[in-house]
Amino acid sequence: MINIFQNYGSQLWQGFWQTIICSIISLFFALIIGSGFAILETVPNKWTHLIARMYIELFRNIPLLVITMFFYVVIPMYFVKISGFAAGTIGLTIYSSAFIAETVRSGIQSVDVGQIEGARANGLTFWQTMVHIVLPQAFRYVLPPLGNQFINLVKNSSVLAFVAGFDLMYQGNVIASDSLQSMNAYLCVGLLYLVITLPLSYYMRYLERRTLKGGA
Amino acid sequence: MKVKQWRFGLLTTLLMLIMVVSGCGSRSLATKNILKEDQKTQAITWGVKADTRLFGLMDVKDNQIKGFEIDLAKALTKEMLGKNGQAKFIQVNSQTRMPLLKNGNIDAIIATMTITPEREKQVDFSRSYFDAGQAILVKNGSPIKNVADLNQKKATVLGVVGSNSVQTIKKFAPKAKLMQLSDYSQALTALKSGQGDALTTDNGILYGMAAENPGYSVVGGTFTKEPYGVAVNKNQTDFRNAVNVALTKIEKSGDYNRLLKKWFGHVKGFNYKEVQR
Repeated sequence: MINIFQNYGSQLWQGFWQTIICSIISLFFALIIGSGFAILETVPNKWTHLIARMYIELFRNIPLLVITMFFYVVIPMYFVKISGFAAGTIGLTIYSSAFIAETVRSGIQSVDVGQIEGARANGLTFWQTMVHIVLPQAFRYVLPPLGNQFINLVKNSSVLAFVAGFDLMYQGNVIASDSLQSMNAYLCVGLLYLVITLPLSYYMRYLERRTLKGGA
Repeated sequence: MKVKQWRFGLLTTLLMLIMVVSGCGSRSLATKNILKEDQKTQAITWGVKADTRLFGLMDVKDNQIKGFEIDLAKALTKEMLGKNGQAKFIQVNSQTRMPLLKNGNIDAIIATMTITPEREKQVDFSRSYFDAGQAILVKNGSPIKNVADLNQKKATVLGVVGSNSVQTIKKFAPKAKLMQLSDYSQALTALKSGQGDALTTDNGILYGMAAENPGYSVVGGTFTKEPYGVAVNKNQTDFRNAVNVALTKIEKSGDYNRLLKKWFGHVKGFNYKEVQR
């Protein structure tokens, strides 16, 4: 295993960073888009609800690889050229946002209706109620499942390997076939994924503990 | 508490079992004589390509893999095991063929595999059964006319993970960006959607793609020599020698040239007579 790190250090390093960059971009946008659709789903309006449900059900139920291949192959054929890295990141963002939307929605709906009624009765608008009363509590409730989604997102970024996105998994495939040491190559790659996901996992746990202390 | 301990015990046992089983597999493989076992079962399991036109391609209509290598493997099997010998085929790609051979899932690889010194450290090769050469495939009207045109920063070359053409192209076009995809059909899809300027691999494979996609052509001729060989595990000398003997017989009887004509006779731009034996 050490010889893999010695001989292919630069490739592994590049893959490691590509995976991190892809994950951060996806995580950021998936959280925003996902929360947006979660709110749309809970807005008391038939049409926004319908749009949100369509988006979530569509992208939650299509394999990530299909979404990614669509952006890698179909879009460049008819519209603009998208690199493998971009196609993978876009696919990952859309796919993850659907799951995050469902997670956040469950959080929003678990906030006691009495609180919303109380806030509205005191003269807060719908959006004020959302921002000041509902969302802070909702995110606290869904922190554990949200952490799961984040970890899944990092692991799912391996889809970049299929579209030559130069991520960790791509480099793993290249190194495995170049060195003919499949086991060691994939062990190194697995280890590097752990280097990303384990701290993330512990950070989410730390957040959970801290927010629990903050009262509930 | 008790449940936890019990679970831990189960997990440890399972882990140890996996280790033992995996250890067993590799040890017995090294001492096995594959040729003798195959003679007993009257079947040879070949690892073949299923995504490569002309060499080995899955026919979706009847779920059979068809191609030059498939026919050659059948002929070799008949020579090695006698008339009742059966050739079994397992689908491999450039990335999976080595691990599958090492794990014993297949007896031999006959999958557009070039004989190279690095690979000879890991496996044993038979005599070459096809003489290919590396070339490039581009869209018709592309400014790229040969491999030298690819040697620029703006150019992107597509290849397949595990094929030695991706190593070679680094020498011929070091400035170009290299993207490796998982198999040939995906690499071709990527070329069609404009993800790269050229696709590089052996000419035989590229001609197969060009025959199916009139908008694309092989340009610049070959720039390397790529002899394909049948790969077997180290220590399987008997099997390899049997392959060599069978190959010689097939070449002498004219069956080889017949197969060559059947698969490459009508391919535009490819003179099959040059590789006849």
